[in-house]
Formats: sequence, C-alpha cells, structure tokens
Amino acid sequence: MEKIIDIQHLNKSFGNNEVLKDVNFSVNKGEVVCLIGSSGSGKSTLLRCVNLLETPSGGEIIYKGENILKDLKSVEAYRTHLGMVFQQFNLFNNLDVLTNCTVGQVKVLKRSKEEAKEKALKYLEIVGMSAYKNAKPRQLSGGQKQRVAIARALAMDPDVMLFDEPTSALDPEMVGEVLKVMRMLADQGNTMLIVTHEMEFAKEVSDRIVFMDKGVIVEEGHPSEVLVNPKHDRTKEFLKRTLA
Amino acid sequence: MSLETILTILENNWEMFLRGAYMTLAIAIISTIIGAFIGFFIGIMHTIPMKKKSFKSMILKTFNFVLTVYVEVFRGTPMIVQAMVVFYGLASYGLELDRFIAALVVVGLNTGAYMAEIVRGGIVSVDKGQYEAAQAVGMNHLQIMIYVVLPQVARNILPATGNQLVMNIKDTAVLSVISVTELFYQTKSVAGANFKFAESFFIACMIYLVMTFTATRILRWVEKRLDGPEAYKMEVVRKPENIM
Ligand SMILES: Nc1ncnc2c1ncn2[C@@H]1O[C@H](COP(=O)(O)OP(=O)(O)O)[C@@H](O)[C@H]1O
Ligand SMILES: [Mg+2]
Repeated sequence: MEKIIDIQHLNKSFGNNEVLKDVNFSVNKGEVVCLIGSSGSGKSTLLRCVNLLETPSGGEIIYKGENILKDLKSVEAYRTHLGMVFQQFNLFNNLDVLTNCTVGQVKVLKRSKEEAKEKALKYLEIVGMSAYKNAKPRQLSGGQKQRVAIARALAMDPDVMLFDEPTSALDPEMVGEVLKVMRMLADQGNTMLIVTHEMEFAKEVSDRIVFMDKGVIVEEGHPSEVLVNPKHDRTKEFLKRTLA
Repeated sequence: MSLETILTILENNWEMFLRGAYMTLAIAIISTIIGAFIGFFIGIMHTIPMKKKSFKSMILKTFNFVLTVYVEVFRGTPMIVQAMVVFYGLASYGLELDRFIAALVVVGLNTGAYMAEIVRGGIVSVDKGQYEAAQAVGMNHLQIMIYVVLPQVARNILPATGNQLVMNIKDTAVLSVISVTELFYQTKSVAGANFKFAESFFIACMIYLVMTFTATRILRWVEKRLDGPEAYKMEVVRKPENIM
C-alpha cells in the first residue's frame, strides 16, 4: 500500500502548552481515516500541521516519500496536493460560488479559465450545487456553503482531502446533506482524513479510526475494533460519553 | 443679506466660483485616491507575516517604523501647518512646487496617514478563516491579498473612504494659505472686491454643501452597486436526479 502521508514523532507546542506529543500515523492511498477524540485533544492542530497551517515543533511529515519539513521548496505547491475543508466553511466572501472553485485553479495551478470552469462545474454538479454557481456565499445556507467548500477543494485535484469537523457548525437538518456527499467521495475511492464527532458516519465510511486524547494517539484500528471493542479505558470512556 | 445681492454676485462672479469649486473637487478627489493607495500600501506592509529574526524582517521592520513616523506626524499636526511647511519649506530649498501639485501632496499625504489606519483595521477585521482557506488552496501572501482579502477590505472601508472625501472637500479651504485657487480662496477674492462678505461666503457655503451632499449620495450608490442584487439567478439544474 502506498503511503501518502506519513507522520513521525510529531510534536507541537503553543508556548509551553504541549498540544501534540510524539504523534505517529499514516494515511494510505484510497484510505478513509477518521480522527476522533474529545474537544481540545489536538485533532485540529494535527490536521493543520499536516498542511502546514501550523508549523510543527518537532518530528517529520513525509508526503509521498518527501520529507516536507526538511526538503520543502514551496509550501504553496505542497498545499495544492491537500484539499482542506474547514468547520466554518471559509468560502471566499467576495467571490461567487463558481469563482470560489476556480480562483485556486487559475492563480495557483495556472489552468486556463475554461478548463478551471469546466472542472469547477463538474465538482459543483457532484455536490449538487451547480445551480447556485452565481450565488454569493452569504446567500447560501450552511450545508450549501460546506458542499461548495468541498467542491472548491476537489477542483484542485488533491491527493488527500482533509476535513476538520465539517458538520459541526451546521444546523442538524443540514448535517445529512454534507455527510451524503462525503460518503459518496469515500465510495469513489478518494483518500480522506476526517476529524468528526459523527460516530455513525465514522463507523460506516472509515477504513481506520484513530482515537486521540490529550495530544497522543491512544488507539487506532478498524472501526469494528476501536468503536465496538475498544482496548483502552480512555477510548471506552470517550465512547460512553459520546454515544450516550 | 438679500437674495437680490446674492444673485447679482453670482451673475458677476459665477466663473470665479465655478473655477474654485472645480479646483476644490479636483484636489479632494485626486488626493483621496492618492491617500487610499498610500493607505493600502502601508496597511499591507504592516500585515506582512514575518519570520522571527531574519534579515528580511529586519529591513521590513525598519521600513515600517519609517511609515509609522509618517502616519503619526501627519495625523498629529494641523493640515494648515503642513501646507506651509511643504510649500515654503521646499521653496527655501529652491524647489518651487506648482501650487496645485503642492495641494495634492499635502492633502494626499494627510489622507494617506488616516487611510493607513482605516485599511489596517479593515485587513485585521477580515476573518482569519478567509486567509487560511486561501493558504489551503496554495495561494501565497500576495495572491491572498489581491484576490481574497483586499477586495473585502475595499468594500468594508468604502464608507470610511467616503467620509475622507467629504472631509477633504471641506478641508481644502485651508490651502488658501498657500494661495491655491480653490473655492475658499476664490470667494475671498470675490468678497475682497465687492465687500459683500456675508453674501459671497453664503454662496460658497451652498456650493460646499451641494458638493459634499452629492459625494455622499454617489458613494452610497456605489456601495449598493458593489453589493449586487440580493437575489441570485438559479441555473436550471441539469440533472434532476441530483444527489440532493
Ligand atoms: N493557535 C493556538 N494558540 C494557542 N493554543 C492553541 C492554538 N490552537 C490550539 N490551541 C490549543 O491546543 C489544544 C488543542 O486544540 P485543537 O487542536 O483545536 O483541539 P481539537 O480540534 O481536538 O478540539 C487546545 O488546548 C487549544 O487551546
Ligand atoms: Mg477542532
């Protein structure tokens, strides 16, 4: 199996607050990995370290065999390989839906406007948002915004999609539409690393579950092990709290 | 003060008033534009992310310090004094500035000092998520500024910029101390010849009011235009069996 992202001995501190402590894990091609754990355990920080929105304090990030923290020539070029979906959507407020999905392609990947538009429309179609291509973000509901954000990330043809609690800021009735899109992407064989509190969803789609607590990976494995028969007390504790 | 006198003065001197009003407007508009550019430049310089202790950041810090001095000096001294210093100061070094150019320099630099703070505030108030989302699609700092942040800043600071324009229309009156032939100066000339001070300045008053009022209305209209229509056009959904 080809490792796309391989994280070794990753540390991250904010001041003297050690948020990630010797984190080791990897994501293989075509794999869907869900990262779970209680709030404040460092899930977002881990995800943000992967695409260098945060600079790790120590350790290594190997992307397709390349040591990102040592040999990286361009942070920008590296980031185009990772599609990021944020909890707060973060659509570009000044741009309409279509341009949200083309601006990165045109300005960063230097694709032609036509090609970018075609690609954007293809993914907007997939997430069910092509009808809204002329809308501004402020005219959309949360679920619609998040689907556009997913299309924006996909349009860059990334190797991995990173999701940081993509449904946590949504009204309950909109969670389903976003999870549906993500489920479809998982079925299509996309490589995905997802931080989520949606346990049912995590159980269904993931090839592997990673449970984090207080900055360390406590346990990882197939959902049928980690979610059904957890080995560690901390995992049991967490599941009891969240599933209750 | 009688209406008849006012009309007579207008009849005899309308050309003087018109030329003065034209000069006032020209100086106000051009220097607001100059000031806006200066403001954007300084606002951008002050928000460039810096790596700690690199040579580049030292240069940047020094340069930013100079810019801060400029802002403080121009915000902390009366424009009427600045006009004297710029015009007679340069003249004493043998640099005889055209009075119109001197006016643009003084009002432009003055506006720039105020706009710098307005723009900086505008940049800071753009949600951090906008910047991060742009980073995530691989844009560099300059691209993020140009395509994502500054358009939002421009929209947000438009009311404050309009306010500056209105202030400039009024404050150009102080330029009469360096004999710029703007509206106040022209009115003084008219009144000096006909000794009807009250009537002459009443006319000037009305002209100022019309200019500031019109400027305000036009800017409101521009704001509305920029925001676009509240409703967006829905495209016909191509596939009715779309996932949603
Ligand atoms: N930019 C930051 N500065 C300082 N502390 C931070 C920052 N970002 C996160 N933290 C801290 O790191 C810890 C982990 O946060 P986070 O990764 O957001 O957790 P999670 O996503 O699992 O809820 C928290 O204690 C949080 O306060
Ligand atoms: Mg988080």
